[in-house]
Amino acid sequence: MLQRLFAHPDENSDARHRRHKAVFLWAVLALALVWALFNLRAIGAAFAEFATYLGYKFIQRALMVGGLVSLCASLLGVTLVLKHYSMIGDGLSHVGFGALTVAMALGFVTADSLPAFLPAPLRGGIASLCRGIAANPMPFTLVVVVLCAFLLLRISEHSRMRGDSAIALISTSALAAGVIVTSMTSGMNVDVYNYMFGSILAMSASDVYVSLALSAVVLVLFVLFYPRIFAVTFDEAFARATGVRAGAFNMLIALLTALTVVVGMRMMGTLLISSLIIFPALSSMRLFSRFKAVTVCAAVVSVTCFAVGMLLSCVCSLPTGAGIVAVNLFVFILFSAIGAVRA
Amino acid sequence: MALITMKDVTIAFEGVVAVEKVSFKVEPGDYLVVVGENGSGKSTLMRAMLGLVRPRSGSIVYGDGLTRERIGYLPQQTAAQRDFPASVEEVVLSGCVNRMGRRFFYNRADREKAEANMALLDVTPLRRKSYRTLSGGQQQRTLLARALCATDAILLLDEPVTGLDPAAASEFYDVIRDLNRSHGVAVVMVSHDLGGAMRDAGKVLVMNRGLDFFGGVEEYRAGLRERTVEKRG
Repeated sequence: MLQRLFAHPDENSDARHRRHKAVFLWAVLALALVWALFNLRAIGAAFAEFATYLGYKFIQRALMVGGLVSLCASLLGVTLVLKHYSMIGDGLSHVGFGALTVAMALGFVTADSLPAFLPAPLRGGIASLCRGIAANPMPFTLVVVVLCAFLLLRISEHSRMRGDSAIALISTSALAAGVIVTSMTSGMNVDVYNYMFGSILAMSASDVYVSLALSAVVLVLFVLFYPRIFAVTFDEAFARATGVRAGAFNMLIALLTALTVVVGMRMMGTLLISSLIIFPALSSMRLFSRFKAVTVCAAVVSVTCFAVGMLLSCVCSLPTGAGIVAVNLFVFILFSAIGAVRA
Repeated sequence: MALITMKDVTIAFEGVVAVEKVSFKVEPGDYLVVVGENGSGKSTLMRAMLGLVRPRSGSIVYGDGLTRERIGYLPQQTAAQRDFPASVEEVVLSGCVNRMGRRFFYNRADREKAEANMALLDVTPLRRKSYRTLSGGQQQRTLLARALCATDAILLLDEPVTGLDPAAASEFYDVIRDLNRSHGVAVVMVSHDLGGAMRDAGKVLVMNRGLDFFGGVEEYRAGLRERTVEKRG
């Protein structure tokens, strides 16, 4: 292995180029190792600090929900990235933000503020429905995001408008609607800020149950339909022609993505959730060239990056979502470098 | 009984007629080449035979035990596929999805079928290799092995030699001829490459929105000579 690092008397320019890349990579790895050795105590202290954090209920919840959401997102991400649908995750998170802020704003609706021509009992009914949505905005958000997922899918399949521009159109409109509604009602408060950039404090006990159920569904469906998902992802025309219901599988993928986005959104933040979908798949594609290997690696990378990001965010008090994205970016660069050297 | 019987098939998109009143049959063991200029409706015709587009009028009937699940199809390659992380084995095995019915996973018979087709098309040594690192000819043979996992009766090939160099194209035609002659697989091939595709064909279909010509290759060549003579005269 290490012989490759030294010049061979009759190496050509190509071999020299590859050798230089290998030398660079090993040097970086060695430097990292040396740094880690010199800072062993600090690293140990960081882990000890993290261990005390593990005692807190909200950290346990965040780890549970985040780990499961990362797992689901990475599995779906492999398919989405390979089908060139990665923008769907991003678009859906913006739609989710819009829906969530609108749902919160509905809390400001009162019976008196509704048009007077409506009969009084109807006005009262609408007002209490609005208050109900505002008190528990998740079901409403979920329904809106799922509907938008189907809409986006239909647009990218059938419309003459290109899929990516359609998604950009819908997602920015949803974001704008959310911001307008917010500024008209509560103003940009901490809640809205948390929806945009995520907060580990946002996880409630019910979120844990929802994410458990969601990840169980995603995992089971993904494993059971793995051969068909591969066929549809690799070659939709062939799959359709041989009688696989490709349309149904696209719907299934969109539905599961919508669920994952909604559950993960409040923790990772609207602006960062799509990175959970895209990064692990892209990173593992740098290193692996078989579908199964890419899928398994994406799942492992995703959960690991999440855990490391959480650790960093606790110990260095970084924002959780941004910390996780940073770790994912680091892994992507690392894998790209290794992939480039191996090639 | 013919494998596929097309009767007065008319297909239109948004009011524009792409295929008009086309009738023909594909018999077991046929080697049919569909030619025509760009926009003549030949690819649309193939998509209709596969059940991917619905004809406006006319009928498409599968016979002789053929069902939609038993058709082998070699689609035109898309740009996305050329960079897809999948091993040859995974791609070939995915041809078996239509045989799964209500099963969730591949069984031993599926794996054996994939094995046999990889051997038949000489891609077994490449089985662990990534699809995206293969040459154009190797990719086509891999996709052909996948199509054979779906069928043993009929192969529908859409512009199979596009992007192949002449040597690889000629090799590909040899493989198709072998499948047709020794294994009795009926072949329907849409092609731009007149000379090459016609080399081994038994029947020719010329599309020009409607059906311009349908018959044996010899007949077609004779007709072609006549027309050239007429033009010269």
